[in-house]
Amino acid sequence: MGILNSLGRYLVFLRHIFSKPEKHSIYFRQIFREIDKLGVSSLGIVAIISFFIGMVVIIHMTANLGNPLIPTYYNSYTARDVLVLEFSSTVLCLILAGKVGSNISSEIGTMRVTEQIDALETMGINSAAYLVQPKIIGMMLTTPILVILSIFIGLIGGWVVSVAGHLMTSADYIHGIRYEYDSFKVVYTLIKSVVFAFLITSISAYFGYYTKGGALEVGRSSTLAVVYSMIMILVANYVITQIMLG
Amino acid sequence: MIKVQNIHKAFDANEALIDVSAEFYEAKTNLIIGRSGSGKTVLLKCLIGIFEPDSGEIWYGNDLFTALDSDQQRNFKQQMGVVFQGGALFDSLSVEQNIRLPLDFFTSWNREQKLDRVNFCLQMVHMTDSNRLFPAELSGGMKKRVAIARAIALNPKYLFCDEPNSGLDPQTSIVIDKLIREITVEFKITTVINTHDMNSVMEIGDNILFLEAGRKCWEGSREEILTSDNKELNDFVFASELMKKIK
Repeated sequence: MGILNSLGRYLVFLRHIFSKPEKHSIYFRQIFREIDKLGVSSLGIVAIISFFIGMVVIIHMTANLGNPLIPTYYNSYTARDVLVLEFSSTVLCLILAGKVGSNISSEIGTMRVTEQIDALETMGINSAAYLVQPKIIGMMLTTPILVILSIFIGLIGGWVVSVAGHLMTSADYIHGIRYEYDSFKVVYTLIKSVVFAFLITSISAYFGYYTKGGALEVGRSSTLAVVYSMIMILVANYVITQIMLG
Repeated sequence: MIKVQNIHKAFDANEALIDVSAEFYEAKTNLIIGRSGSGKTVLLKCLIGIFEPDSGEIWYGNDLFTALDSDQQRNFKQQMGVVFQGGALFDSLSVEQNIRLPLDFFTSWNREQKLDRVNFCLQMVHMTDSNRLFPAELSGGMKKRVAIARAIALNPKYLFCDEPNSGLDPQTSIVIDKLIREITVEFKITTVINTHDMNSVMEIGDNILFLEAGRKCWEGSREEILTSDNKELNDFVFASELMKKIK
């Protein structure tokens, strides 16, 4: 019953978020602020994680596929698919759920407990739409770009460790990452990233928006936001994969 | 004028407001007083549409506020200014941006016109040249003054203040009280203040509503408080030795 209540409240919350903006120009400006705050500020962590994961994946592939009957370029070919299909969308979005999700939830939760949301409402402003809609749109626009960057940086990480660690030649590595390239896999991962971005922002905003109490509850909302965002990402990952690749 | 008729509000089994009726007058400072938990804040939040009463009616002039749907209420709220207990200033916005926000949403003025209005509001609350400061850089009293400036930015017909003096020293409290009084009289605003500060009651209480355990217990002016024989009111107002001596 509690889950149904929460689901119903979440859907009502979404309806408020996507109601007609009072003034489009204000929302438009806010979208750019959110792109900078949520997306651009995540570039550093995305780059670092992707680079190191790219290196580790190629080491694993070399260790596990190290067979004279299997060409060495298969290592980078497999590493590429790992990055494209799962790491750079799913795992990256799980990481973003921690970073961005907790940020959104604590920001909106603090606004709730300090009556800033009430202040917006009493001014006649749709607080849910004003606070959340630009975040959702900003993240849905930014996350696919972060995913593309993550794939690219991960492949560079793999190349660095392959060449520097003498795992394979540069030519073999590049041949591997170009081997049997299927653009549908990139489309699939981009679609996933847009869905995940929506889930991260809307779920985190929902928990922040309905925070009651004080600082302790803001922290609790933040934790719940991250946990539920992660669970929903994993569920959505399964559903999308089943539909598109199953 | 605001008219409240037979308002009832409960949270599960807790009855916060029981059959409360009252009138709040134009160009007067109307005070709602009472102990903590007496229903003051609930009544104020019903008036500004944050809580929906379980039953009863709230009239703003000839408009029945409680009969409006959420979109209509949202439009109506542009006639209201609200000063929250902690100020409720937006942390990420400067003083100027805080005051300009309602202007950005609900006026078609150009940048200069908006800036003129912001500066006028800041001048009203004696906070000129603080446009670029952020809420974290302001003292408690300054936050309240900026909150008042933001509340009057759209020239509201109704002003609501939730405990405007809480957390302030006595001198600053008097400054805030006088400021609210000046604005109320000058712009002929219907002001409703929720307080348990006895100085405010004696200084600016034109019309006072005393709530006790969710019910209206007494109503009158600050002069009438001194001569009232209402036991609950006397117990509340003259709780301190100093107030007893004043009486």
